[in-house]
Amino acid sequence: MRRDDQYRLERLDRGIKIRTGGIYAISSWREMSYLMVPRLVLILGLLALPILMPSAYWQRVISMVCIYALLAIGFDLLAHFVGLVSLGGAFFIGVGGYLAGILSSYKGVPMVLTIPIATLGGAIICTLLLVPCLPLRGVYFAIATLMYPLILTRFIEALNIFGGTDGIVGVSGFPSQWIEQYLIITLVIMVLFSIRRLVNTDYGLVMRGVKDNDQAVRASGISITQVKAVAVFITSLMGCFGGAYLAHIYMWSGLSQFALDFSIIPIAATVIGGGGTLVGPILGAFILVPINELLRELGTLRIVFYCVILVIFIMFKSEGLMVYAERKYHQFQQWKKV
Amino acid sequence: MAEDQPLLRVADFSKSFGGVQALSRVSFDVHEGDVFGIIGPNGSGKTTLVNCITSFVKRDSGSISFKGQELKRGMPPHKVADLGIARTFQITRPYYTLPAYKNLVIPLLSPRARRTGGWRGGGKHGDRDTVGLDILEEIGFERDSFIPYKLASALPTGYLKRLELARCLAIRPELVICDEIFSGLSGSEIATMTPLIEKLQMEGVTLIMIEHRLRELFRVANRVMVLNFGEKLIEGTAEEVMADEKVKEAYFGSDQEVMDYA
Amino acid sequence: MDILVYGTVNSLTLALMALGFTLVYGVSRLPNFAHGALYIIAGFALWAGLNTLGLHYAISALLALIAIGIVGAAMYQGVLIRVRGMATSEIIASYAIGLAILEFLRWLGFKGMTYTLPVFKEGIIWIFGVPVDWQRILIIIIGAMVFVFLWAFTHYTKIGLALRGMAQDERAAMMLGIDSDRMAIVAMALGSILAGVAAFVLLPLGNIAVEAGYSVLILAIAVCIVGGLGSWVGALLASFLLGFLQILTDAKIGSHFRIVVALMAILLTLILRPSGLFGRQKELEERV
Repeated sequence: MRRDDQYRLERLDRGIKIRTGGIYAISSWREMSYLMVPRLVLILGLLALPILMPSAYWQRVISMVCIYALLAIGFDLLAHFVGLVSLGGAFFIGVGGYLAGILSSYKGVPMVLTIPIATLGGAIICTLLLVPCLPLRGVYFAIATLMYPLILTRFIEALNIFGGTDGIVGVSGFPSQWIEQYLIITLVIMVLFSIRRLVNTDYGLVMRGVKDNDQAVRASGISITQVKAVAVFITSLMGCFGGAYLAHIYMWSGLSQFALDFSIIPIAATVIGGGGTLVGPILGAFILVPINELLRELGTLRIVFYCVILVIFIMFKSEGLMVYAERKYHQFQQWKKV
Repeated sequence: MAEDQPLLRVADFSKSFGGVQALSRVSFDVHEGDVFGIIGPNGSGKTTLVNCITSFVKRDSGSISFKGQELKRGMPPHKVADLGIARTFQITRPYYTLPAYKNLVIPLLSPRARRTGGWRGGGKHGDRDTVGLDILEEIGFERDSFIPYKLASALPTGYLKRLELARCLAIRPELVICDEIFSGLSGSEIATMTPLIEKLQMEGVTLIMIEHRLRELFRVANRVMVLNFGEKLIEGTAEEVMADEKVKEAYFGSDQEVMDYA
Repeated sequence: MDILVYGTVNSLTLALMALGFTLVYGVSRLPNFAHGALYIIAGFALWAGLNTLGLHYAISALLALIAIGIVGAAMYQGVLIRVRGMATSEIIASYAIGLAILEFLRWLGFKGMTYTLPVFKEGIIWIFGVPVDWQRILIIIIGAMVFVFLWAFTHYTKIGLALRGMAQDERAAMMLGIDSDRMAIVAMALGSILAGVAAFVLLPLGNIAVEAGYSVLILAIAVCIVGGLGSWVGALLASFLLGFLQILTDAKIGSHFRIVVALMAILLTLILRPSGLFGRQKELEERV
């Protein structure tokens, strides 16, 4: 920028974006592909992944990516659409994982039943436990959610229940690698698209209203605690499913399910991938989890690594990759002389 | 409801914040169809009174009954709104990230709106967007312009104030409490809002208006109450109130020549 | 009787840990989740000064305190200043930094019994028939000294008064010419130094372990929330409350539950009385 001229940055929608507004989207193949291609790439890409990566190691990684993706979508929903920052994603994983472990190992319930029961039951338990914290605002809610996995860990450790520090072994596993992967991949896709629909429905607007201006929502006669509880329930459904899945993948439930990883990585994935888009967290999970696995030999250095990345992103590119990409896809920018 | 029973009866409201006594044994009645004005210098407790009535702040003591039904002290604000008491906020609170007409979808989804709305509420499978646009048109947004579609963060004050009122009307209230709704508006903007208030009154909505713009208030209000330092000074018609010595002292201070307020 | 003595010691221990955190939050509303990390780094700095550089204790301590102050200020100036005002980003950023530091130290191998700081004076004295070692007495003495110093600093020096002004009302302080960012840097530096002092006094009791970093953070948060963020008196009272609760739990139920007491205290306070015992910041009751 030359200093003697005044310039301003102007962002304009691309021509094709304007041409695809409303009914005109189906007016030609070009317009339709502009809208459909990103989504098709996402769906087909996800579905093709297990076929492209036949090695057992990477297939496990894909399953882990999907579990983290579910957690990250949940975090995004709570933080960017309802205004609740949850620093304790591990809580959901742990509750779901332990429920599945208990049902499968102690009670011998078959896997087809443990996963739904653990998901639903876990979600109910998590929501009920979090209900007292729902009226809290901002920072305080975040601190409270941080406490939950820690408290549960200490209780299990101290009282030595549910297997104590050893955990629950003998959880049944998946009959085949393909089922393990495709089940969760299809679920991630379904969850993504249904939550995207949800936030644009009228009820979704109420949730966004709670983030925007909760006093106004209360003055309209809607109980914001109820709305928050619904949002937490949806998120914990996803998280507990992930936990139950995890238990069956590793055929084991233990304290590590409450680990820090499950709280930090969804947050990092959302920040890096782009908060508020619901797709961004999936992208973030795809980037972070393989790095996490690759760096596992380096021990706790990997935590250092993505903490540093997280901080850099918060500082410099806090909008996230997906928001940046969406902007580039829909708009172009130029410097105009004033 | 009996003819003589007031719509809203407030008795002995008191509230203190730390050492500051914001309200001190305030009592008044509002009858159906009234436009009840509450005036007083800044800091006299008017907004606190509204907050206590609508339960956004818990009162220390006192009782309140609406349509004969007692409202308990710990009642959450959304229940109060559900009973039919709507309020605007002194600092407008739109949903900034949503367009203006979508702002109304949220109150239209409240249990009360769905109960009482009927076809106006969009019905069971209603199109709340259309109802929202309708309400905005009633309020004074130009219908076929782009204004209802603008994001609430981009609207100027005049429209925001009307949006506040629209948000109240969406839940079909019986009592609307307007907290300084004329503040920040120019004379002509107020002139366009006054018929709206009169129309509401004709439709049977009772209004409580907290205002500093006395001239405009007295055009619509039939009863006025004055608060000063949390205490009720006087209640009566506009002329009675403005002729009272204590009120003049509260606004203008003593030992001063007071102009006749036209 | 021993509960009384140990309880007092534990309470002042908690108070020392929480001081730095409560200072930073009180002045600039910045929840510094890297507090535990700063505590541990200070300990290591002192250890490095003593063992690697072979310096005298006083010089090592001084250098370590200066170093930790610089680290705290740098953390603010480098990272936190960019996320000022966005509460969740502040938490995430400071938590990530703290996590990065602690896990880095863990990776470098700083765990176990290998690293210790020396106690000041060996030996035990008997108070009312209860054996207490000198180091713990020192905690009480230094704790009291720190409190007195802070009180004097914030009441009688210009910078201290500026910090108090910022704590009460940021905008008003800015209007009077007090630079919000500079005060935040001072607060961070001071908070880090306080963490360092706490480390010097408390770490000799055990060894320098990374786990202590996490416990210190949780205990500091517990004290501040129970006492009410921003209130000195509250923090002191809360540390006594929690300190005695912990000692009682130790005696009656077992030492597994020590940290659970702190965690439950945080939760219960947030649920029942969010502004804490003496919270002057009624952020939770927003102006409607």
